[in-house]
Formats: sequence, structure tokens, C-alpha cells
Amino acid sequence: MDKFTTLTAVAAPMPMQNIDTDKIIPARFLKTIKRSGLGVHLFDPLRFGPDGKEKPDFILNQEPYRKAQVIIAHENFGCGSSREHAPWALLDFGIRCIIAPDFADIFYNNSFKNGILPVRLPRAVCDQLIEDSKLGGNARVTVDLERQVVVRPNGEEIHFEIDPFRKHSLLNGLDDIGQTLQHAPSIDTYETKTRQSQPWMPSTAA
Amino acid sequence: MSASRPRTLFDKIWDSHVVERLPDGTCILYIDRHLVHEVTSPQAFEGLRMAGRPVRRPDCTLAVADHNIPTVGSRIPSDIKEEDSRIQVETLEKNVKEFGIPYIPILDVRQGIVHIIGPELGISLPGTTLVCGDSHTSTHGALGALAFGIGTSEVEHVLATQTLLQNPAKNMRIDVTGTLGFGCSAKDIVLAIIGKITTAGGTGHVIEYTGDAIRALDMAGRMTVSNMSIEAGARAGLIAPDQTTFDYVKGREFAPKGEAFEQAVAYWKTLPTDPGAHFDTLVSISTADIAPMVTWGTTPGAVIPVTGVVPNPDDEPDEGKRTQLRRMVEYMAVTPGQRMTDLAVDVVFIGSCTNGRIEDIRAAAAVAKGRKVAAGVQALVVPGSGLVKRQAEQEGLDRILLEAGFEWRDPCCSMCLGMNPDKLTPGQRCASTSNRNFEGRQGPNGRTHLVSPAMAAAAAVTGRFADVRQLV
Repeated sequence: MDKFTTLTAVAAPMPMQNIDTDKIIPARFLKTIKRSGLGVHLFDPLRFGPDGKEKPDFILNQEPYRKAQVIIAHENFGCGSSREHAPWALLDFGIRCIIAPDFADIFYNNSFKNGILPVRLPRAVCDQLIEDSKLGGNARVTVDLERQVVVRPNGEEIHFEIDPFRKHSLLNGLDDIGQTLQHAPSIDTYETKTRQSQPWMPSTAA
Repeated sequence: MSASRPRTLFDKIWDSHVVERLPDGTCILYIDRHLVHEVTSPQAFEGLRMAGRPVRRPDCTLAVADHNIPTVGSRIPSDIKEEDSRIQVETLEKNVKEFGIPYIPILDVRQGIVHIIGPELGISLPGTTLVCGDSHTSTHGALGALAFGIGTSEVEHVLATQTLLQNPAKNMRIDVTGTLGFGCSAKDIVLAIIGKITTAGGTGHVIEYTGDAIRALDMAGRMTVSNMSIEAGARAGLIAPDQTTFDYVKGREFAPKGEAFEQAVAYWKTLPTDPGAHFDTLVSISTADIAPMVTWGTTPGAVIPVTGVVPNPDDEPDEGKRTQLRRMVEYMAVTPGQRMTDLAVDVVFIGSCTNGRIEDIRAAAAVAKGRKVAAGVQALVVPGSGLVKRQAEQEGLDRILLEAGFEWRDPCCSMCLGMNPDKLTPGQRCASTSNRNFEGRQGPNGRTHLVSPAMAAAAAVTGRFADVRQLV
């Protein structure tokens, strides 16, 4: 997983609520056994017409937002399915940070596992950032994870919250599995204990 | 943490599964049951392979292919016509072999949608933690299991460590009181709940459903309610195990047997929420406010009683919400003020992990009996598993449905999300017993209205949305 430290980039305004995972990447594109290459299908129903041609009014089809690395949206971003194809598609397109008032839980989790930083900020702040982002390439936003601030184009800094474990993992590009396996003795102990306390627990191997 | 503090059902399951609490509060949570399917697992197995890691507990894991399987014609994996679907199924078969994971083959009568077969086979048990790379894992909460959907990175994490890194959720209680009205079902309860608390109302919470209306539901109904917890934004749903649960679990293939079962029940009886336990959020809903429900828009929260009319977006004061409502009206090709019963349907889909159980098929057959599917309507019934299908056929439900003009298919997720050939064509309007009505969910530019199985059957035989109470 790539580290996330600081990012200064064009932000794409998507002032919509409930941007669900079927909008981010429809089910028909989940039939892959790879993580890569999904960026071409990102936001397919919003981005392309039935004829497969780009919809010119969609923000990511416009300059300079084709190169956006940040998305700013409204409430409940990523609701719906657990498909990790959603953050895979965002990442493959180049998105490294999403700012919204709140996120669906599974999507929020999945983002961190892929080096994408989801930032929760109040709706009024998101609306302000959306206005900034409409200025396009002249108004880049900076996201500094170490200092936990979003810096507006005018230099104003906005603090955001993030839990320390996720911050540490993202700053250092650490793999969760490797970290958990350092606690393997605790897992062994837990299994021994529950084998005794719940001897009735059956196996899934018939 | 004091052992004497009153705890919720969620607190008890959580506490008993914490392997280690890390300094910042993140917990290593033990996972008892891991269900695996073909869509969200290939990259997880590939990750294990690259890192040279084995599966820690194959004996706590069960795999089945369910999303990509055809519901008509040959079900032999190598016969699946869409190459990408075939590769996903074949990849799962290769991976389970390589990693030694128990697998239910497609041609096995026990094959079916992962959330149907988990409970059906006795894999899903009260008081356990259960995960799957699928958001509707919340279904299994109906048995009093802490069950939630995870992404593929977490699938890999569970395969490698049998644990997950988690932070505790908040507790929400939704109390449903009263006697469910004539013609109403568990689906109407959960749609009404989502209509009330919205699709983000449960974010960050685990919902425990309580109240006499929930207690009165059979296990199938409880699973329907818990299944759609994710549609309310919750991490999971829970229903306290009781005699209905124990009777359901007893005798199932993988459930504890004999003395072991009695020991398990003794433990399960300690799980229900203690009196005085703290809930962060309380919601109550009366069955008096629940009618047969229909969604009119493109989020499950856009729901009204079948007797209702499409709302007017202009009445919404918040600009963002108003914009979204306008978009929904446009996408769904409905007009403000339009009566739901004036909307004609093209397709009816009865099935999915929400409503693909035998009780759901019985409810549909009861409405279909002696009637005919309206001209121009395609009506599909897709049992949730091979065992559901066999049971329905033993009861003669397939004959009733076939005689009425429904199609009787083989088990799969099918038109819930259209990863197999069952999907809507652009512009088609569908009465569906599934769980999501997002834009394009059942096929590009398809229009989905979520309803109960009885309401879906009513739509099939009348050709439009109809109040099922007038048909039964």
C-alpha cells in the first residue's frame, strides 16, 4: 500500500448525497480477479452515456478535474455494497482523498486499506471547499495527514479527526496483516481459551 | 470494564471476542465464521499467495459461488457463457482447493446465496462473530450473531489471521411494537424503518431490533429485517436469540448436536441485553404505521405505503436533498403526486438474500395461486438455495407459480444485482424483493421498486403496483 503523507491537488466537487457503490462502480465491472484497471469504469453511469461516450457535463470529464486527486462530496459517500472495487476504481483513476460530511462504514474502512484518505468535515466546510474547488486548477487543496489539516487555497487551515492507528498505518504505508501477525501469540491464547470454554463450537469442515 | 455493568447483546458478543485491545483502543477481534464467495475473494487469495501466507483456520471458513451462476440451463462452471463470470467461479474453485477451504460446489443441492445457506446449514450461530465480503452479511444477525460485511483486504486479513482490526460500534435499539397488520411482512417493517431513520441513520451503529413485533417474526422474517440493516447504514443488525432461534438451529447440518447443543443453548441464553444496558440511540416504531411498502426512488429510504403518492421534491427545504429528489423522480420516470398503484411494471423479481427463503416463496405463491401473470410482464422466482428450491417443489409451490406464468429458476443472487444474465434492460420497471434500488443496480438504467414477496406477486398478477391486502 502506498503511503499517504501530504497531497496538493485539484479537487473535484461532487455535491451529491448518497454516492453509492453502484454509482462508483456498477456490479457488472466486478467480474475481475485483479485489483488494477478499474479506473476506466469509475462512476460509469455518471461519466458515460449509453453509447459509451463521455457525458460532457460530468465533472471528471472536464479539465482540470480529469486529473483530480481529491473528491469533495455530501453525506453518506460510499453507501451500499462492501465491494472494495469502489476504492480500487477511485485509486486507479488517481483519487487519493475524499472529503465529505460522513461516509458509509465499510467504504470508510476499505479506503484506508488502499491508501485513500477519507476526511470527515462538517457539511458547511465541505460546501466551502466545493466552492473553492470550482475555481479549478487555480485553487488546489492541500491535505496534510501528519498535521491533520486541510489547507484551503487561501491558506486557511481546517483541522480534521482521524483515529491514531489508521493515521499511523497510512503515513507509513503499513500492511494491517503484518501488524496483526505480530500479535499471533495472543490469537493462539484466545483460541486455546475458547476451545475450553466453548467446546460445542463445530467446524465448518463436514 | 466491570463485569457487573449491564451490557447489550452487542457488548457481550464484542467483549467475548476481543483478542487484544491495542493502546489506541483498536481491537483485534476474533472471527468465528468466515463465508467466502467468488466476487470479493480472488484478490484476497492472490494476496496470501504473494506473501506466502496460509489460511489460518480453514475449519472456520466456508466457500460457495453465488453471484455469477446462471439460473437457467447448465450450471457446470465450465459451461458458464460469460467468460469473466466463468473465470471468477473457476478461480474460487482453484483457490479453495489450494488453500484447503470447505466448499459447496454449484451442483450440490446445498449451494445457494451465501446469506441463505449460512443459517440454513447451521453455520451461522448465536453469539458468534461472522463475516463475509458482502454487505448483506448483516442477515445472520437475525440469529444473534455479530455479522457484518467486509472488503477484500479484510477478507485477506481474516483468512490470514482469523481476526479483524475493529473499533467498537455504537449501540442503537429499534423497538417495533404492536401486531403486524394484515398483508404486511418483515420486509414492510424494515422498509418502514429505513424510511424513518434514513439510509445513513444507522451509520457507526449496530442495531438491535426489539419489541413484540420482532419477537413474533419467524426466523425468515427476522433475517429479512436484519439483512437490510446495511441499507439503514448500520454496521450490523442483531436480534436476541430466543426459543424461536434455538428451534431453528437445532438439527441443522453444521449445528452442534446432542449434549453439545444443550451446552450451546445454555450459553446462548446468557446473551440477550441486560435490563438497564445503555443504548446510544433509541428509535421506536409502531406497527400501526406500517403498511405494505413500495420504494419510489433510488435509495431504500425513498419509501411510501402502496396507498401513497410520489412526493414532490419542491416540498423539500434542503437544497441538496431537493436536488437528489428531483434526480430520483427523473431517473425513476415518476411524477410528483402520482399514485403508486398507477405505475405499471415490466419485470417482477422474487428472490435474493433478503427474500429468497421458503417462507417468501410461500407468500408469493399464496398470491399467485389461481391467478395469471399480467400480459407483458416477466416474473422470475429465484429460490435462495437448492434446499429452498427442493422444499418448494415438495410443497408444489413451483407448480402454482408456473401455472400462473412465473418462471421457476435455479438459485443465485440473480437479478438483485445482475452479475449473471438476469438483468433489466434500460427503462424497464421492476417490482423486486431485493434490497437496493440504486440507479442501475439491476441493470443499466433499470428502475427498481423494492417490495415484499407478496407485493411482488401482486404486481405480477395485476401488471402494476397493487395493494396486496385487496388480493388475499
